[in-house]
Amino acid sequence: MEEIYAKFVSQKISKTRWRPVPPGSLQTAETFATGSWDNEENYVSLWSIGDFGNVDSDGGFEGEHQLLCDIKHHGDVMDLQFFDQERIVAASSTGCVTVFLHHPNNQTLSVSQQWTTAHYHTGPGSPSRSSAPCTGVVCDNPEIVTVGEDGRINLFRADHKEAVRTIDNADSSTLHAVTFLRTPEILTVNSIGQLKIWDFRKQGNEPSQILSLTGDRVPLHCVDRHPNQQHVVATGGQDGMLSIWDVRQGTMPVSLLKAHEAEMWEVHFHPSNPDHLFTCSEDGSLWHWDASTDVPEKSSLFNQGGRSSTFLSHSISNQANVHQSLISSWLSTDPAKDRIEITSLLPSRTLSVNSLDVLGPCLVCGTDAEAIYVTRQLFS
Amino acid sequence: MEELDSEPTVTLIPGVNSKKKQMCFDWGPGEMLVCETSFNKKEKSETVPGCPFIYIIRKDIDVYSQILRKLFNESHGIFVGLQRIEEELTGKSRKAQLPCFLSLQDAPCSCCMSFHFCRLVRVSKNYRSVIRACMEEMHQAAIAAKDPASGRQFSSQVSILSAMELIWNLCEILFIEVAPAGPLLLHLLDWVRLHVCEVDSLLADVLGSENPSKHESFWNLVTILVLQGRLDEARQMLSKEADVSPTSAGMCRILGDLMRTMPVLSPGNTQTLTELELKWQHWHEECERHLQDGTFASSPHLESLCKIMLGDEAALLEQKELLNNWYHFLVTRLLYSHPTVKPIDLHFYAQSSLDLFLGGESSPEPLDNILMAAFEFDIHQVIKECSIALSNWWFVAHLTDLLDHCKLLQSHNLYFGSNMREFLLLEYASGLFAHHRPSRLSSDCCSLWQLGVDYFDYCPELGRVSLELHIERIPLSTEQKALKVLRICEQRQMTEQVRSICKILAMKAVRNNRLGSALSWSIRAKDAAFATLVSDRFLRDYCERGCFSDLDLIDNLGPAMMLSDRLTFLGKYREFHRFYGEKRFCDAASLLLSLMTSQIAPRCFWVTLLTDALPLLEQKQVIFTTEQTYELMRCLEDLASGRPVRGEPGAQRLQEDIENTKLEMLRLALARNLARAIIKEGSLEGS
Repeated sequence: MEEIYAKFVSQKISKTRWRPVPPGSLQTAETFATGSWDNEENYVSLWSIGDFGNVDSDGGFEGEHQLLCDIKHHGDVMDLQFFDQERIVAASSTGCVTVFLHHPNNQTLSVSQQWTTAHYHTGPGSPSRSSAPCTGVVCDNPEIVTVGEDGRINLFRADHKEAVRTIDNADSSTLHAVTFLRTPEILTVNSIGQLKIWDFRKQGNEPSQILSLTGDRVPLHCVDRHPNQQHVVATGGQDGMLSIWDVRQGTMPVSLLKAHEAEMWEVHFHPSNPDHLFTCSEDGSLWHWDASTDVPEKSSLFNQGGRSSTFLSHSISNQANVHQSLISSWLSTDPAKDRIEITSLLPSRTLSVNSLDVLGPCLVCGTDAEAIYVTRQLFS
Repeated sequence: MEELDSEPTVTLIPGVNSKKKQMCFDWGPGEMLVCETSFNKKEKSETVPGCPFIYIIRKDIDVYSQILRKLFNESHGIFVGLQRIEEELTGKSRKAQLPCFLSLQDAPCSCCMSFHFCRLVRVSKNYRSVIRACMEEMHQAAIAAKDPASGRQFSSQVSILSAMELIWNLCEILFIEVAPAGPLLLHLLDWVRLHVCEVDSLLADVLGSENPSKHESFWNLVTILVLQGRLDEARQMLSKEADVSPTSAGMCRILGDLMRTMPVLSPGNTQTLTELELKWQHWHEECERHLQDGTFASSPHLESLCKIMLGDEAALLEQKELLNNWYHFLVTRLLYSHPTVKPIDLHFYAQSSLDLFLGGESSPEPLDNILMAAFEFDIHQVIKECSIALSNWWFVAHLTDLLDHCKLLQSHNLYFGSNMREFLLLEYASGLFAHHRPSRLSSDCCSLWQLGVDYFDYCPELGRVSLELHIERIPLSTEQKALKVLRICEQRQMTEQVRSICKILAMKAVRNNRLGSALSWSIRAKDAAFATLVSDRFLRDYCERGCFSDLDLIDNLGPAMMLSDRLTFLGKYREFHRFYGEKRFCDAASLLLSLMTSQIAPRCFWVTLLTDALPLLEQKQVIFTTEQTYELMRCLEDLASGRPVRGEPGAQRLQEDIENTKLEMLRLALARNLARAIIKEGSLEGS
């Protein structure tokens, strides 16, 4: 973690997302999108970390990210997801959901599709609609799912003008984030500490399953699903706690890990190396959780003989079954928990770290101190 | 009251003719409103079409520059780091925080007296590097600007930033590093070299030409190098001249030797000042001798260089163009005539240099006054002049804070508010909070407020009150933003503000028909009255629709249910429904009864509760015991007797009839249940 580049960008960053690399290609991440919030004018911007600093050498040194293009966005950018290589879906505090199209030829962004009142409130007794912030969006080509402060869930399709499916009053409180579980199923987290699973095949506005934290009703702000094991889910809460859930069993989290001192805004499993997990928080910290079993340590345990038999048996089972080890790295109880190694990635405390994204060896995060941090050597 | 320092500047507002019309104004935080009035001066109204606009006049427009925002954000980090150093020192820091970057970078170095002192110098340098980075970016922007107007604007910003950095650097040398005689001059030389930097491009230009010594600016370059004390480079240039003109080669060599032998203080050297002075005296005499002997008589260029090296004032003043400004003149003059100048004597030389340089032709400008005040070691004057001259509080606030950390401002208290440091920080932070706000009345437009919070935190006297007043005025456009504001308040135990923010959000949710959300917010605010209100809405909705909404919340209230009686009732009543749904009739029955007997249920709801008892009474097996049935009967009679008996016509009459029918049905059901219960209990006892 030697090389972490910071760049001040004169706007508070609410979201950062890597552009996915084409499947099967050997490319590493080089373009990411950001969204800003709380400014007079907000923008969705595309940045490059490619080495074209040499070509265009206005003060930028190699390794620093350069702005490719940006476009005005009405309202705060509440969430941002890449739909595919060229398209970005942005959720707005005005309740609008916009699909932006990137034209690589002339480096511009344009609006390709927009659902203006995806989220709205209906006042008591009056038919007038007032907009409600859209808080989360998730894409799985061709589907886009959005959730909002109005407790509504929308299912859009990129080629449809109207919502394909809307679940009104899906939640009595604010929905904070959404992710896909298995294709027709989604997972939402809300502001009273519940995790709900919805099945789009079912009619009606009832979730197929509700999981919740114990009595405290601590709001959950973010959710991510394990890339390989679809039943393993991580959530982050208002108290900065990291919860790991197994949605197949129980209605309570498998483990609760004390983490940040304030709201955890985002949690992400590493997409190709899911023993690693990343979290960021309002307290201005960005953490790397490493639950991979350390190979040299394991061999030293073998040398120690029978003293730590639990570890030993565990390691043997790891060798016997690779899948078993993957499952146990987040779900197993105490011995594994002890092995989670946590590193803080930012050199100094700043204002809130609102968003992060990981892809391959690269990590990007954005803060309220109007800085974007990028590192390209996550595992060095 | 302090006297006014200078005439206030006149600002003309475009479009308003103040000669013809009277104007009125009103002060706001950091800005004022100005508009024309229809009030005419003495003469009869000429009905000149008035200006229909209201103007918002603001002093610190800089906050709106994209590039300066980087300055604010980056310096915020340095500022917080500096305050943490202080906390560490005084042992106030309560929790083991992650090390901040300032403490990581600082390794104790040998050149300075103490570790702490070294860190303060480092902080000062960090601030300056941020100013410089900003300046460079602004410079790029000025070059890239498409229209000349904005180009000019950027350029003027560059010059302001450069002046800031110049002043800061001088303050750093004089007040923070407190360089003693000897090193002081070296620092001042660096200072001048850093800020008169055109020479480097000139150097590259000359060296890049085919024949450097024939370049038109060759001698200018050499002179500048000598004026800046860059004698090694000057010597190299002279050797180029010597190579091409054999006639002057000898002279160049001699002058070059003089340059080489000039005694200077080098940081690693252990020689004393007295030794240096002695050596310097010898060297000076040698230069003098060469001049008297007419060694350089045949080359006016070389002769003038030699005169400069003798510190000849007339010769120096001839180079006014190349010196650019009086402080360059001052430093060159000190270099060649008083290399071991003491800090205390600086102001004397500074004043005379300023007088000599301006020569009565022009009067000193604000920047000159500020620098002069610094040379006089009058910190307060520096800060005062800067406050007047600069258009925003960033500079004075940060500089004053740093100087305060150097324990330089202890004695100074203002006749209002608290001390000067705090006063300036408060002004700056308030500006950050006001950022963008007045320009639009819509909600999402104030974006530097988060920075302001930390500044308020480090104002011990009035910071908290200011924060309390400002934080309540932040528009809460989304829940996420509200959560951020709440977090700030909760960390500082600002319970009053927390309650008011939650209440605002709860009200908003009620207006939007989001009862679940409203209830969550009132629970978070521990606002019992509002929780009661929302619970009533839930119960009303239930009565109207016959089913509960927002079950996910109500079913999971937990201990929060105790917040208000009505909320407890809501939770328990829902629990009754759940028991009933799960066919746990006995539990349901005793819960229902206890809701009435414990007086938790509001009276108006008793009819509903008793009606809910009906299906339980009609079950095949006996659910209510005799005792419970008696209780229920008592409740029913309480209710019936408490009802006003009035014979009103029409709809109300009808309503009453329905109610009476209900009561009769209940009485019947209760009586039958009592009978069954007595039989059952009696037969159980008998068997």
